[in-house]
This record gives sequence, structure tokens and C-alpha cells, in this order.
Amino acid sequence: MRVLVLIALLLSMFGITAAQETVLDTDWTCPEGFEGQQLNVFNWATYIGDSTVADFEALCGVTVQYNVYDSDDMVLTLMRQGNPGHDVAFPTDYVVDILRSEGLLAEIDLANIPNIANIGEQYLNQPFDPENKHSVPYVWGTTGIGYDIDSVGYEITEWSQVFECECRVAWLDSPRAMFSIALTILGFDPNTENPDEIGAARDYLIENSSNVVAIAADDGDSLLAQGEVDVVVEYGGDVGQQIVDCDCENLQYVVPVDGGIIDYTSIILLADGPNPALAQVWMDYILEPEIQASITNTILYPTPNVVAIEEGLIEEEFQNSPAVSLSDEVAANTFFIKKVSSEAEQYYTDAWDEVKILTGL
Amino acid sequence: MGNQAMSRTTIGDTPLSQPQGMQPGMMVRNVGKVGLIIAPLFSYFFLWAPILLLVIFSFNDSRGVDTWRGFTLRWYQNIFAGTMGGEARFATGLMVNALTNTLIIGLISTVIATVIGTMVALSLARSNLPGKKILDNILYLPVVIPEITQAVSLAIFFNLVFDYIDSSTGVHGTPGFGTIIIGHVAFNISYVAIVVRARLAGMNPRLEEAANDLGANTWQTFIRITLPLILPGIVAGSLLALTLSMDDLVITFFNSGIGTTTLPVFVYGLIKTSVTPEVNALSSLMLVFSTVIVGFSLYLQNRNSERPHNIG
Repeated sequence: MRVLVLIALLLSMFGITAAQETVLDTDWTCPEGFEGQQLNVFNWATYIGDSTVADFEALCGVTVQYNVYDSDDMVLTLMRQGNPGHDVAFPTDYVVDILRSEGLLAEIDLANIPNIANIGEQYLNQPFDPENKHSVPYVWGTTGIGYDIDSVGYEITEWSQVFECECRVAWLDSPRAMFSIALTILGFDPNTENPDEIGAARDYLIENSSNVVAIAADDGDSLLAQGEVDVVVEYGGDVGQQIVDCDCENLQYVVPVDGGIIDYTSIILLADGPNPALAQVWMDYILEPEIQASITNTILYPTPNVVAIEEGLIEEEFQNSPAVSLSDEVAANTFFIKKVSSEAEQYYTDAWDEVKILTGL
Repeated sequence: MGNQAMSRTTIGDTPLSQPQGMQPGMMVRNVGKVGLIIAPLFSYFFLWAPILLLVIFSFNDSRGVDTWRGFTLRWYQNIFAGTMGGEARFATGLMVNALTNTLIIGLISTVIATVIGTMVALSLARSNLPGKKILDNILYLPVVIPEITQAVSLAIFFNLVFDYIDSSTGVHGTPGFGTIIIGHVAFNISYVAIVVRARLAGMNPRLEEAANDLGANTWQTFIRITLPLILPGIVAGSLLALTLSMDDLVITFFNSGIGTTTLPVFVYGLIKTSVTPEVNALSSLMLVFSTVIVGFSLYLQNRNSERPHNIG
């Protein structure tokens, strides 16, 4: 008996487990013929469910090599240099557009991904990948306003309130995000390439910077949680985690009614990856309601998987919060940050530098 | 090599001020005395306060590292579960794996860089090559050029090499541990060589001459005399190399392949969600580990220094 246990242990060490047990209950079955193969996943460190990888390995009998990157730019750089062997990655919408236009993505056969039917219509065929030839939706998110309602004293619903409020404000250190906000307030296209409009937005930011105490790289949410600032322009996921973490009533997150910034993370099929067939199996697996729900419940980014929402697989409190279940009015006014020409990109960068210098932040 | 053993002047008993200016002299001396006490206190505070905070926050019962929300041991439990092969959280497994990669890359590249760096230092110190001065200065290049420049040039270099191998032999190479280790060796050679060279400059050449006089051949002289004398330099250089290698993000990333995620890359990759106190816990464990190692090596050095060793 002991010998048997020992053999079983040894076998399991080499991944040759007889019983394929998964942590999550799921009806998803892996197509035949992938046993022993390897998939190279390229993602942020904890931007996935706790058992997502292990369950996939168990269901398909494959090995997943999970590699980490620390910014979308890194994915761009590495892929331009030549794909070292990654199959799938998880970049933001406009990065998908850049990769696609530079021919760094392979084509998906949606027939291999029946679970795409679980994704809400409104999340498919987006301008950054019009026919979902290279990407499938993973999670989405917003950039909005995090604030401490106790110290502000009233509800915030619009961008202009960030600039008018008599409190301590932190901006987000992202030129495109901050300029799109000013452009929205001024009534221009948030993705404008017109240097005069960008100039007007720059002047607006400089004139309304008196309440700004910090331009936060990616730590505005912690400044808010620590009480260093009262209002912060931040990514919804970051503020959401602080709200869950502190379990308090005073911290709020709102997607402004006059134009919240929305972003999609997609799973992309990289060109020259070693195993595109298994990569598409992986995509189908992720889009399974239970799996995509567990990812959203872990990383607290809203899911595009409407079946998962209908089946009540997403934690209710999270799903029903106004930052996730956007009201029709709010949803109608959201916009993407789009890829702009490199000249316009330069205008934005220069104008942002001027804002930083003239405000002394 | 003219600048051997510093000329010794006795500074111990020299009065700091002239006897006439008694009052200002006394004051300067007092300020100096107070400064002598305060300066190290401040330095140690700046050195250790952040590290102390890091350790304290490794016990933080929160998803993030910035706000204190109560005491917990769970981050340490996670790491131990992760390393003992028990049921680990996905992130813990990833982190422990990244640490292993970091240590493998760090140790191998340090050993190679230390050997090559020491040889470079010795040959530059002892030879009389015509272009020695230029070579000497080129040695400092990797120390002063930006890391990103080195990373990109290495990546281009490897691409060219892989292309060449591919076209001449048909073997398709990809970046991975090999390219990362070569990249780390490339910048660490300079650091090791510079430290060892400083040690060599402070060494009394007459000791080697004496060994030769007494009948030792070149090899014996090197093993018995030179090596023990420059050993502290070699150890310091290799520790510097190990630290730099374990810290490196840019060169590692540009030359990375499949399954080569290192600890710095992992920690930066946490930014999308949040950096958890688990990273603090792992750092604290590494701190304890390296303190023990450094303490042990200091103990060994103290024991050795009782032998007639520092006659230089």
C-alpha cells in the first residue's frame, strides 16, 4: 500500500495524475489530442484566478508555462523584437490595435471558440479589433473618480467636480487619460489629434490645478485609503480593491456621468507562437462562465461574460456596484482611449510635461 | 603601480586648531564631536528605517502593502506552503518559482563574472600592453552607460547570433536562461574588475617579490600570496555582482524567454492588481538569510585575520 502511495506521489510530481481533479466545478471539456503539450501564457503576475492555470492543466493534461510582464509596453517591445515563444497575452485595447496593425498577431478561428457566445454583444467587434480576428474579451474596466465621501461632504458624479472641489486631489499620471477628461469637459473629442484643442485642454488643466496635491503614478488609490487625498482620478479596479480591503462606507468609486473612460483587456493570439491550436482551446476555456467568473471574483475587474452574470456566478455586491453595473446614462457616455498618430502622441506628451512643470507637481 | 601603501602620517595626536584661537577651535571641536555621534546615527536610520518598515508590513493583514490593517502570519504561511510543495496559492507558487530563477541566474552569472573580472583586473594591473590606458577606461563603460542601452544592444546582438546560427546550421535558437546569464555576466565583469583592481592597487608589490626571492614559482606566489591578499576584493566584487544581478529588471526582460520570470519582473508584474505583503514576507526571509550569510563570512574573516595576514 505504501509503495502504491509513493508511486502515485512520484507520478503526480511529473504531472501524470490519473484522476484529473479540478478545484472549480465546471462542465467544460477539453478537446482530445492535446495531452503532454505546452502552452506559454504571457500575463501580469496576478491578473488571473487562483486555480485557472492548474484547472486547465488538469482538464487538458497539458503544462502551462506562465510568464510575467510588467507593462503593455513591454509586450510591444518584446514582440517587435521577435516573439521568443509566447502563445497568448492580455494587453489593453489600444495595444491590441498597435500589435494588430504591425502584423504581430495571428488569426483566430472563432469556430474553435464556441464560448464566445457567452460574451455580451456590446463587448465584441470593437474598433481595436473589428471582427475579433485576433482577440477575445477578457475583462473590462473604467477610469473614474475615487473619493472619501466623509471629507468631501457630497456625492460626486461629474468630472468638473474634481477640479472645482475644495479638497485635496490626486491626478493620474497618464497624459492621455487626464487630457481626455479635460477635452470632455471642454466639449471636444477625447481622442482629438488637433493641437489647438490639446492646447486648450492643457490650459484648462493648468488653470484648475490649485487643489491638486499629487500626480500619482499608480498609487492614487493608496493615497486615498491612507487619507492623504480626498479625491483621486484612478482606475476602478484599484479603488475597488481598496474599498474591499478597508470594508468601509466612506470610500466611493464613481464612473462620471459626463464620460467615464472605459478599457478592455483582451486575450490575444500572438504571431509565431509555438502552439496556436492549444492557445485557442485556452481562450475557449477562459470564456467558460465558471472560469471567467472566478477570474473576475479574484481580480475584481468586471466581466464581459453575460452568461456568468445571468447565472449569478459573480459576487453580487461587486456586480451590483454602480462602478460595474453602469446605468444606461453613464454607459452611453463612456469612451475608449484610442490609438492616435505619433505626432498627436507627441503633442499629448509635451503638453503633459508643460502641465507638470507649470503646476510644479 | 606607483601608489602602493598610503604614506603614513600620524594624525592621531595632531591638535585640530591653532593654540591662539582657543574659543572657535573648541567650538569646532565640539561640533565635530557631536557630529561624529549624530552622523552615523542618521546614516543608520536612513539605511534601516525603510527595511524595518518592510519587515513590519510583511505582517500586514491586507491585500496591499501601504495601509496597516492588523497583524497576520498568513503571508509567511503561504510561502512555506508554497515551498514545501503543499497546496500553494497560484501567486505564491509563481513568486517562489521567480525567486528560484533569480537565484539560479544570479549565482551562475556571479561565478562566471567573478572569475573573468578577477582575471581582467590582474592582467590590466600586471601587463604592459600598449593600449592599456584605453582598455582600462573601456572597463568603466558598462558602469556608466544606461542600462536600457545595454539591454537593447544585447538583444540585437543575440538576434544576430541566432540568425547566423539558424542560417548556417539550421538550429533555431531562442532567448532564455542562457541569454539572460550572458547579459548579466557582461555588465558584472566590469564591477568585479573595478573592485578587484582597487584592492590590487593597494597591495604591496614587494610581498610578491619576496615570495619569488624565497623560491616560490609564479603559481605558488599567486595561490599563497596574491590570492589571499586580494580575496576580500574578490568577495566584495562578487557580492556586488550578485546584488546587481538579482536586482536587474531591464536587461533581464529584454533577453528573456519562456519560463525565465525573475523576482523583480514578478514584483513589477503585480502592479496591475496590487503588490501584496507576501512580497514583503519573502524579502524579509531573504534579508534574514543574507544577514546570516554575511555574519558567517565576517566571523570567518575575523578568525582568519588573527593569522599574520595584513602585513601590507
